[in-house]
Amino acid sequence: MPIVLDGDRIGRTLTRIAHEIFERSRGVEEIAFVGIQRRGVHLARRLAVLVGDIAKSEVPVGALDITLYRDDLMRHSIGAQPVVGQTNITFSIDDKRILLVDDVLYTGRTIRAALDALLEFGRPKSIQLVVLVDRGHRELPIKADYVGKNLPTSLSQSVQVRVMEVDGTDEVEIQE
Amino acid sequence: MKKDLLSIDDLSADEIYRVLETATAMREIGERPIKKVPTLRGKTVVNLFYEPSTRTRTSFEIAEKRLSADTLNIAVAASSVLKGETLADTAMNIEAMSPDMIVLRHSSSGAGHLLSRICRSRIINAGDGLHEHPTQALLDAFTIRQHKREIAGLKVAIIGDLMHSRVLRSNVLLLTKLGAHVFVSGPPTLVPRGIEQLGVTVAATIDEAVRDADVVMMLRIQQERMQGAYFPSLREYFNLFGMTEERVRRARRDVIIMHPGPMNRGVEIASEVADGPYSVILEQVANGVAVRMAVLYLLAGGVEHEAAA
Amino acid sequence: MKRLLKGGRVVDPANGRDGVFDILIDGDRIARVGRNLPADADATVVQVPDGVVITPGLIDMHVHLREPGQEHKETVATGTLSAVTGGFTAVACMPNTSPVNDNAGVTHYILKKAADANLARVYPIGAVSLGQKGEQLAELGELKEAGCVAVTDDGHPVRTALLMRRALEYTRMFDMPVIEHCEDPTLKGDGVAHEGHVASKLGLRGIPGEAESIMAQRDIALAELTGGRVHIAHMSARQTLDAVRYGKARGAKVTCEVAPHHFILTDQLLAEPVAYDTNTKMNPPLREQADRDAMLQGLVDGSVDVIATDHAPHHYDEKHVEFDHAPFGITGLETCVSLCLDRLVNPGLISMARFVELSSVNPARILRIPGGSIAEGEPADLTLLAPNLPVTVDAKQMKSKSKNTPFDGWVLRGGVAGTIVGGRVVYANPAVDLKWTAEK
Repeated sequence: MPIVLDGDRIGRTLTRIAHEIFERSRGVEEIAFVGIQRRGVHLARRLAVLVGDIAKSEVPVGALDITLYRDDLMRHSIGAQPVVGQTNITFSIDDKRILLVDDVLYTGRTIRAALDALLEFGRPKSIQLVVLVDRGHRELPIKADYVGKNLPTSLSQSVQVRVMEVDGTDEVEIQE
Repeated sequence: MKKDLLSIDDLSADEIYRVLETATAMREIGERPIKKVPTLRGKTVVNLFYEPSTRTRTSFEIAEKRLSADTLNIAVAASSVLKGETLADTAMNIEAMSPDMIVLRHSSSGAGHLLSRICRSRIINAGDGLHEHPTQALLDAFTIRQHKREIAGLKVAIIGDLMHSRVLRSNVLLLTKLGAHVFVSGPPTLVPRGIEQLGVTVAATIDEAVRDADVVMMLRIQQERMQGAYFPSLREYFNLFGMTEERVRRARRDVIIMHPGPMNRGVEIASEVADGPYSVILEQVANGVAVRMAVLYLLAGGVEHEAAA
Repeated sequence: MKRLLKGGRVVDPANGRDGVFDILIDGDRIARVGRNLPADADATVVQVPDGVVITPGLIDMHVHLREPGQEHKETVATGTLSAVTGGFTAVACMPNTSPVNDNAGVTHYILKKAADANLARVYPIGAVSLGQKGEQLAELGELKEAGCVAVTDDGHPVRTALLMRRALEYTRMFDMPVIEHCEDPTLKGDGVAHEGHVASKLGLRGIPGEAESIMAQRDIALAELTGGRVHIAHMSARQTLDAVRYGKARGAKVTCEVAPHHFILTDQLLAEPVAYDTNTKMNPPLREQADRDAMLQGLVDGSVDVIATDHAPHHYDEKHVEFDHAPFGITGLETCVSLCLDRLVNPGLISMARFVELSSVNPARILRIPGGSIAEGEPADLTLLAPNLPVTVDAKQMKSKSKNTPFDGWVLRGGVAGTIVGGRVVYANPAVDLKWTAEK
């Protein structure tokens, strides 16, 4: 199974994204990261630290679980509903420029659910999307503003992102 | 998982943990500015309450609304029962409108079982006669875990009118399933025959039950029980079985005192204890919404409705 | 008309018979019983198939026919049809009708309905007290004369010890037994199930076995005091059987009956497979295993005198309610024989002869009615059993108006091949190859 990104490259990719965000944001007072459970949360935290280092100030970061907003919930059998994770957004998102962070952008449905969820928390000034990997095959009109790597894939393949905080290593793997 | 939640026996230990973990996530929704998620949008939940109940019904209603379900409250007055529409007929009439779930509270044990044989909707038992009140036991377990982390190995004392308590039965089933040591105590006239077969120890005295307990749960005593000659007076009941500060001291230092409510102050529990530092009674109420949201969420799945038996 | 039943195994303990015998029926009487009887020219010869057993007609001495007053549940016509389908040539019917059978008028009404139906014989049982209220004795002499064979306040016990005493003394004149529904009303309270760990778990109010045995002890003591005859109806608790044994040992005139559900089922059936199934609700309730086993022991060792069904039909709507609110009772006429053959005779717990004692000889003796034996000159009431016939209980097919039975779907071995009342074939089971057809 090919590893298309190893720990090193992921690190450099995140650093590059952090710089891009800093440049395009014209100041960090208004920005905040919200990571989508599960691995998006860890990526968001790392980005928040990286951007904060560049800007020499602390950037807020929150965690968002979108399970309850999914459009496929009622297709599961009784009791086999997906596990609901923790949502933790301790700051107000009103008038903030939110950077929504996820590991893989695929059909776009997760992001659609995340937008619905996020907008319950307030009225941000803007929402931009940051993803580590864009594997194509969108089913909804969703586009990422910051992409770590574009990975064309076929529908039969799956993309596994692993992060140190959850899986003990940083890598991106494509599986058949 | 089974289509209905009629008894704690319908849930395996794993499924109980799933409910409790999901409830943790559901709690957070109550802390948001917009206390709503679209999860049960377009689902209809009927609250069919044959017994009056503000606490449980409101708790279910809030839980349903937070999940964006359409709720329908039917409070059946005693008079309309007397006028003759049977539970079976009421159920079939409601079923004709295709609700997704029915939350039933009724004064007859097994009413939910009858309903589940008639209706394809998911049935949630909110209290049937003397039998069970599963969501109460689940929220009690949730509350215990918030303070004690794990239920296995805890000594839990349940005290009061054991015979007429559906909260007792559900709690005994849940706590023993998760590995707690349950001690029950009450007037001998109110101890159900063969209760040890459920895996509890019937304490000879209330002090034996309370000694070194991690959790003490008080059950409500009803005035009518005096008519049945179960015990002579509320005064004597309080003397022998009431939870006083002095009795609390026999438990562990970090004991928590619980009560399913509504309380009779000065009968099963002294006011100082109910309002005291060990009491988690109000937390139980707060946790009720989250736990019921978890149950509604987990039972809502499935495109195919299973056929009624 | 003459009919010769040839080559069947005849089990007739009253006359010491268990073997292959021929039976000649002439009109409504037994003409001859013997081996290798010659066939008269004008007699129809029926070759009894292998495996079919002929017994004196079975008698169910505890049946609720519900007429007058509750015809939506059952009538004398449907009840007696149900009876003969179940192999019974006679039933004794309970007086808790509307109005209560506490006078000759109601007794005659029931007998007329039975005559019109012309199927099983019906022996009415009259009330002990007016309206079964337990206050004043009914006119027991009038009831006897009208055709009652016993008296009871079934549904309740006779309300006071004094009244029971009077009833036991008074009925000595007529040699009628007082049939008693033993139950202390205060201990029963609003109970709906046997007081035990199953009821505790299901949250159902319990009725302890002692509610039955305490009243039985009262009645047996009174029988001893008065020399009257008491018959304990639908016994269910082991403590009651102990009291009966003790009373018999002391010479009290006490007999007792058990229904099939009390020696086959236990209270576990209330919990599973169908929790709170109202077809498991009857009074006295299904009890725990120790009680069930005690009833079996009593059937085996002779302390139990009679098997009677307590056939209690209830309309579907009445039973299709919450357990607490459902009326007590299940049907029994069409399941009794199969259950007894499958659970008692075939496994060898009791002999076929003992089964005949329990279901024919003893009921006839206790009620002082004809039956219980196959002998020349006696009414030709016969039951033909097929102990190896596979039977699947199907409530929908039952002839009783009501279908409230917990045995629906049970697969059993043993059934009824045919029923003959007064020489007429009133029931012929199409599943058994017997060359006659049921006569109307």
